[in-house]
Amino acid sequence: MKHVPDATADRTFTEEGSTDRESVDSLLSELDEYAVEQALRIAESGVDTEISYLTVGPDDAKDALRKALAMGGDSATHVSDEDIEGSDAFGTSLVLARAIERHGFDLVLCGMASTDGTMGVVPALLAERLGVPAVTHIEELTVEDGTVTGRREGDSATVRVQGTLPAVVSVTDRSGDARYPSFKGIMAAKKKPLETLDLDDLGIDAGQVGRAGARSAVDTAAKRPPRSQGEIVADDGTGGAGLAAFLTAKKFA
Amino acid sequence: MAEILVLVDHTDGVVRKPTLELLTLARRLGEPSAVFLGSGADSATEALGRYGAHKVYVVDAPEVDELLVTPAVDALTQIAGSTGPAAILLPSNPDSKETAARLALRLESGLITDAVDVVAGDDGPVTEQSAFAATYQVTAHVTRGIPVITVKPNAAAPEPAPVTPEVEKWDVTFGPASAAVKVLSRSPRERGERPELTEADIVVSGGRGVNGAENFAVIERVADTLGAAVGASRAAVDAGWYPHSHQVGQTGTQVSPQLYLAAGISGAIQHRAGMQTSKTIVAVNKDQDAPIFELADYGVVGDLFQVLPQLVEEIERRRS
Repeated sequence: MKHVPDATADRTFTEEGSTDRESVDSLLSELDEYAVEQALRIAESGVDTEISYLTVGPDDAKDALRKALAMGGDSATHVSDEDIEGSDAFGTSLVLARAIERHGFDLVLCGMASTDGTMGVVPALLAERLGVPAVTHIEELTVEDGTVTGRREGDSATVRVQGTLPAVVSVTDRSGDARYPSFKGIMAAKKKPLETLDLDDLGIDAGQVGRAGARSAVDTAAKRPPRSQGEIVADDGTGGAGLAAFLTAKKFA
Repeated sequence: MAEILVLVDHTDGVVRKPTLELLTLARRLGEPSAVFLGSGADSATEALGRYGAHKVYVVDAPEVDELLVTPAVDALTQIAGSTGPAAILLPSNPDSKETAARLALRLESGLITDAVDVVAGDDGPVTEQSAFAATYQVTAHVTRGIPVITVKPNAAAPEPAPVTPEVEKWDVTFGPASAAVKVLSRSPRERGERPELTEADIVVSGGRGVNGAENFAVIERVADTLGAAVGASRAAVDAGWYPHSHQVGQTGTQVSPQLYLAAGISGAIQHRAGMQTSKTIVAVNKDQDAPIFELADYGVVGDLFQVLPQLVEEIERRRS
């Protein structure tokens, strides 16, 4: 799970070039809700499961875990350590991989990307670190007989893929609408176990994560000048012809 | 001159346009070498040479098609390990982004994804990216290892720089099958007459205002008149009016064409994130308060079923 700044709010960067988490409210990344939904559907299909959520982030990232627990599932782990701040995808995937190994797993479900960084590489990095298959960008997921099978829409082809468990799976926003937590679910979530870990618990040196461990650096982060308002005309019966004239003048037609 | 590796994106040896853009960008950083995986290298070599690939490393092994992503990681890790390039460029599609991430982890390198520009800097390549639904412009560089960079389509116009490439066949050792994903079947999307969404210079998209699958013919007619690709908003896709493969937006395809024409699209934040880097934006919408007009270089407040047919008619009249 990732706790991210609200995508509909005005998001900004800090002076260090990181996402500014102070200026806007954060919430569970919408794309991760689809992963929660798939986990719950697998459990509901009769497979014997224990569903545990994991997030890395500052104190209020716990809210993302509570949201997921309110949708369903059993327990959650929050990794929090001030040395993690400023981590890139490599640092984040290291922390996640160590926490997952500590817990043990058959299946790691992720959203296809976070709605803030939007790199979409953490699931693949996790699979690489854990040495297991990465079944990514899945729209239709089946888990049975120790395998995970899915349909993946690529740029130029639809591909059906299969990996053996244990595996890392990422699902898209087409995998099935995520449910809303019920009132009962929200109340039950407050009683579910939520463990907090730091870097020492995971045996990770501070230098491997955070800004110290980052492998790239932001040089500048500037707000793009707002596009200057163009010419907006009301259609008086010649709107199409006017648009044709604009496109011709710009050499598009 | 420093060698720059470029991963070739192709279908059966037909090189896709984003690869030619990568070769063009690579020439700013050093001397490009193309890495070609799969079959069809013979027909691709000429095109790669025309855009400046001095070498073409060919890895033609069944694993490339049978397994997802990991064969490309194995190949690039071994080639980069042996040749020591100054940078590795890949296209920003889901497969290549995952390839890039795993490659960077294995090489102990840094990674930058979704660059919209790459230039040479004092300490290696400097990239430009768009962030937070394209409201921010970020420049960055890799601080460790061989920079691994994925670049979005349309980041540069392909410029020919003909050379005759040296072709080198590579035998790659592929990693354990237990950590790989098998491809059970592959159904290539039918390529119609229209250009592909990610590569098109012009994209014409329809949204909720199109109000029905059959009405998308109006959008398609404009697209065909302009030689454009057809896009759709999430609302139109969710309603079943147009295939998901055409969805433009944060979780669909992100496009940055020369011209983006949005018809009947209000411009929700998720849609804007997928098209806001388009060079010129034109909008047609009945609602004068639609947020899309804030981005539009030219907007028509009106009924798309009146405006678009007239647009086509007028363009045809001007041409005849």
